[in-house]
Amino acid sequence: MVGYLQGLGARSLGMFERLGRGAVFFINILLCIPSVLVRPRLLVAQLHSVGVLSFSLIVVAGLFVGMVLALQGFYTLSDFGAEGMLGVMVAASLVRELGPVVAALLFAGRAGSALTAEIGLMKATEQLSGMEMMAVDPVARIMAPRFLAGLLSMPILATLFSAVGILGGYFIGVGLLGIDEGGYWSQMQAKIDFNQDIMNGLIKSIVFGWVVTWIAVFEGYDAIPTSEGVSRATTRTVVHSAFAVLLLDFILTALMFGDI
Amino acid sequence: MHISRSIEILVGFFVAMGFVAMFFLSMEVSNLGGLNGDEGYEVTASFENIGSLKVRAPVSIAGVKIGRVTAINFDSESFEALVTMQIESKYDQLPSDSSASILTAGLLGEQYIGLEAGGEDELLQQGSMLELTQSALVLEQIIGQFLFSSDSEDE
Repeated sequence: MVGYLQGLGARSLGMFERLGRGAVFFINILLCIPSVLVRPRLLVAQLHSVGVLSFSLIVVAGLFVGMVLALQGFYTLSDFGAEGMLGVMVAASLVRELGPVVAALLFAGRAGSALTAEIGLMKATEQLSGMEMMAVDPVARIMAPRFLAGLLSMPILATLFSAVGILGGYFIGVGLLGIDEGGYWSQMQAKIDFNQDIMNGLIKSIVFGWVVTWIAVFEGYDAIPTSEGVSRATTRTVVHSAFAVLLLDFILTALMFGDI
Repeated sequence: MHISRSIEILVGFFVAMGFVAMFFLSMEVSNLGGLNGDEGYEVTASFENIGSLKVRAPVSIAGVKIGRVTAINFDSESFEALVTMQIESKYDQLPSDSSASILTAGLLGEQYIGLEAGGEDELLQQGSMLELTQSALVLEQIIGQFLFSSDSEDE
């Protein structure tokens, strides 16, 4: 019994310790961001590996999510004779929720895990210590550009996801199911509000980009420098990012849309 | 660290695609494309009861959408709802004695304002007030009236 309680206490202490280290690490990254802006080439290289390489995945996933939404939405809406609202349904669910959330989950799996594995392996092969030996700050040189690239890529990817999804819904709704084309767009324009829907979706995607990249970079930096440690850190990145995204999504949705 | 030119081009393309998608979302998907600045003129009308009329609800005449509701306020002197609507400037030939009523699109649809043209030569302009108004039909009141009248018939 005492052993159990001891284990519980040690675990919660460990959790808070990691959280504290993560917060300090985040502040360190923030302090290093000016040095990244001086050398934009580092950022461009990371935008390529974090953003551009996730591009095709996001576009294909967005297309299929939009198409599925249109098929399922049509099935329910046609019961009420409200097929004209299909565009609104597809656009509202994508822009408000699915765009930021699904894009962030895919981003965590595609880019977040790669970031953790890369940084973890750098640590395991003592490249980070090597940099410190040469008086190069690894946080400024390695972590900060990656963090900034993730923060910038995520809103772009989420916006692309929503846009492609709405087009996918259009192909299915208008092309396959024969909904009126004018109705699809005009109902959407009448119901989707720029500030209320599009801007809130954008804010969500920025928050998700922040939390996913933060977790990914920190897990890599904090990984136990063995092959097993790196593999565990990569798993933790994906799991923790997914939890964080879904939890933050609930909080943000309650704040943004709770009073409607 | 050397970055090849193709990577820079790809990143530029990626960022540009992000802007294109944002432009698409704001212009084609949301209401931003439909707003043509502050064009048009504003008229007001007071209603006894606006039902569930919302700001941004359409204003139409003969079924054609000619504007939007821009503000709904409560007039604490007459105890009526004061509705401000913006009408597009190309529809500036409406008689000043036109009447406004709050209608419902379909049985369960949203409420909108329907105008009906009058016969006056004078035209509606910025700041005009519509005198003839008809309130929204509130289902509970109609049912209440119906029950009340059927009760009194029984007696």
